[in-house]
Amino acid sequence: MSSLLSVNDLHVYYGAIHAIKGVSFEVNEGEIVSLIGANGAGKTTILHTISGLIKPTSGNFSFNGKKLNSMAADKIVKLGLAQVPEGRRIFSELTVQENLELGYYSVKDKEFIKNEYKHVLELFPRLKERRKQLAGTLSGGEQQMLAIGRALMSKPKMILMDEPSMGLAPILVKEIFSIIKACNNEGMTILVVEQNANMSLSISNRAYVLETGSIVMSDTAQSLLGNEDVKKAYLGG
Amino acid sequence: MNFIQQLINGLSIGSVYALVALGYTMVYGIVKLINFAHGDIIMVGSYIVLFSMKSAGFPFWISILGAFTLCAILGVVIERVAYKPLRQAPRISALITAIGVSILIQNVFMLSFKPDPRPFPNVIDGNFGIGSINVSYTTALTIGISVLLMILLQLIVKKTKVGKAMRAVSEDEGAASLMGINVNRTISITFAIGSGLAAVGGALYSAAYPLVDPFMGAMFGLKAFVAAVIGGIGSIPGAILGGLIMGIAESMTKAYISSQLTDIIVFGILIVVLLVKPSGIMGKNVKEKV
Repeated sequence: MSSLLSVNDLHVYYGAIHAIKGVSFEVNEGEIVSLIGANGAGKTTILHTISGLIKPTSGNFSFNGKKLNSMAADKIVKLGLAQVPEGRRIFSELTVQENLELGYYSVKDKEFIKNEYKHVLELFPRLKERRKQLAGTLSGGEQQMLAIGRALMSKPKMILMDEPSMGLAPILVKEIFSIIKACNNEGMTILVVEQNANMSLSISNRAYVLETGSIVMSDTAQSLLGNEDVKKAYLGG
Repeated sequence: MNFIQQLINGLSIGSVYALVALGYTMVYGIVKLINFAHGDIIMVGSYIVLFSMKSAGFPFWISILGAFTLCAILGVVIERVAYKPLRQAPRISALITAIGVSILIQNVFMLSFKPDPRPFPNVIDGNFGIGSINVSYTTALTIGISVLLMILLQLIVKKTKVGKAMRAVSEDEGAASLMGINVNRTISITFAIGSGLAAVGGALYSAAYPLVDPFMGAMFGLKAFVAAVIGGIGSIPGAILGGLIMGIAESMTKAYISSQLTDIIVFGILIVVLLVKPSGIMGKNVKEKV
């Protein structure tokens, strides 16, 4: 196995606040890896830094052998690294179809686009029914599906998922995670950031535990699920 | 019949307000900045057409295309030099900068071309009649070009890839860049289109009121800005509607009340709209997420 994404000694400051204190981890091709941690631990900051939305103070990170440091966000997507951002951040004034079309903004191949579009609508039949609707009129679960579908449109090698379960009913959380698992079965590498550690560990191969800007534990998902400390802190006893 | 005559005059000046208001509203939509230098682009556009016709002898068509192109470039340069460094700064800093850019452009033109008004060349002479109504060719041309540009803009924004990118960036810059959209380029394109439209607006305005001076953009720009606010700033159909309301209100006031009261009536409409619907006629109520 080769590592697809590797992050090395990453430091991020917000003004004087040292938000990420030397985080290192890697994700291998074909894996699902979870990054779990409480509110404010720095999970979203790490994802934003990888995607190029935040500039790190120091540290190296590379994707598929290419250094990502100081690369613009729109260039990083073109390497095949997509993100489903926290809080979905779909374009609510655009229709479902237009949202999906923006997902392949960087792709030129028409045949490829047609196939991916069909594939995403097969994966999310609900979006097909609603493709003419404004995205803002969708329910929370449908919006999350749209956000995932939008990221899938460019057929990325890897997807970063930021809190896919946020604000969703338990039954929808299950559905979303089974979709994430299905994407992984098709060969997509996935990094999930979650507060719902139980759910996220149950589909992951490995996981890292983040506490106030540092990684304090890393292991296979299976053994973290059985770990007493993790149970107490993140799995509700 | 006089009423219809005034209505046509109002539509004509209103469509020019609308062209300029579109620039205010598009720029506000995408970078949340009231671009006070936008009014002066009108003036620059008028000067370009004036010199191109008088000194270089080009026809109106070519001059207007030249003004569109040069002002589009000017708009992009202003954004890159003055506003882009302030993109993460508080909006009040960018606003003050915009006022500064406006004063700079006005004074550069005053020093270069003297403050005295210059006569604008005649574009086309004559009138034509529909029944008992007399319409000047200038009026018809103004309405025609404006409507054409508005339809074109609507098509660009709704149908093209660039248009979708513009709407995406104005809603969520970060999410747009995660889609692979080049945010800087999209903002530049918005400034280019907005400034180009202002140049055309300036040329059409000068064709109807043929005097050009370095400060003509100030009041005209302010009124176009008011039109954008009446329609709901950030909304493209709102800017068009606001422009037409302003134009018709102006010409009706001139015809039936008193030409000295036009500004009072126009700004009065603004106050009423802001009291009744502060987000403007077609503006959205943006709810702050808590």
